[in-house]
Amino acid sequence: MTTTMMAGHAVEVDDDGFLVDAGDWTPAIAEQIAARSGIALTDRHWQVIEFCRRDNAEKGTPPTVRRITKVGGIPTKEMYQLFPKGPGILAAKISGLMKPKGCI
Amino acid sequence: MSTVTDEAGVELLDQSEFANEASEEKTRKIAIICSKGSLDMAYPGLILANSARMMGIDAMLFFTFWGMDVITEKRVDNLHVGMVGNPAMHMPTMLAGLPGMETIGTRMMKKKIEELDIPDVRELLEILDDSGAEIYGCQMAAELMDLSQDDLVPQVREIITAMDFFEKTEGAQLLFI
Repeated sequence: MTTTMMAGHAVEVDDDGFLVDAGDWTPAIAEQIAARSGIALTDRHWQVIEFCRRDNAEKGTPPTVRRITKVGGIPTKEMYQLFPKGPGILAAKISGLMKPKGCI
Repeated sequence: MSTVTDEAGVELLDQSEFANEASEEKTRKIAIICSKGSLDMAYPGLILANSARMMGIDAMLFFTFWGMDVITEKRVDNLHVGMVGNPAMHMPTMLAGLPGMETIGTRMMKKKIEELDIPDVRELLEILDDSGAEIYGCQMAAELMDLSQDDLVPQVREIITAMDFFEKTEGAQLLFI
């Protein structure tokens, strides 16, 4: 666990760069986490982020890629265009959530 | 590696090569050989490849021998659970071999798969293709089974030889199922 400066705040992240306290999350921090993974957030990314955060609040667990595509309505192909280095991890990470559990 | 020297003639490591190394981050690669054609043995390879893609790992699937059933248009929706010779079925082989047992076992597993909202095999192949995973069939197996590209699901990119397989999987981690 390390403390890092993001968007002018000191936030704690785990070894994989996930926020330790989801309460630290702000849109500005999302931009920073995304930038560290080489992503400039677009409206479509924000749609995914909003869905992930809403779904996490309802279900208590971050959505899997299958859920983001099936319920969130973002096609699989597009998910991989938005998050080329792995939508399974990055969508949740940028949304300030835990690593998703589940294999699909 | 080429070397450069500073003003005092001391050899320095060529910085540009280091810069290249840093910018060309190596992507992990996995290649999975799928050699089985039963429903229960189709899933492990497909799920692992999908998980790899979700983590940004390059994934390739090579279907061979009985695994050809998994990518054959006529067979993909009718894969069965192997009942006989599988101790994990927890029933005597003589019972497992009775007519209808395979149908019952298959139906039970398909029901469970649906309950858990796991995609069926055809949908998983579509998801994998959309995710950028590469799917190939084996040429020798195709010849043995009189199959051509037209007999296979559209997600199969190509029918390739074992030597092509090794060319394509240079540097990848391999998994045989």
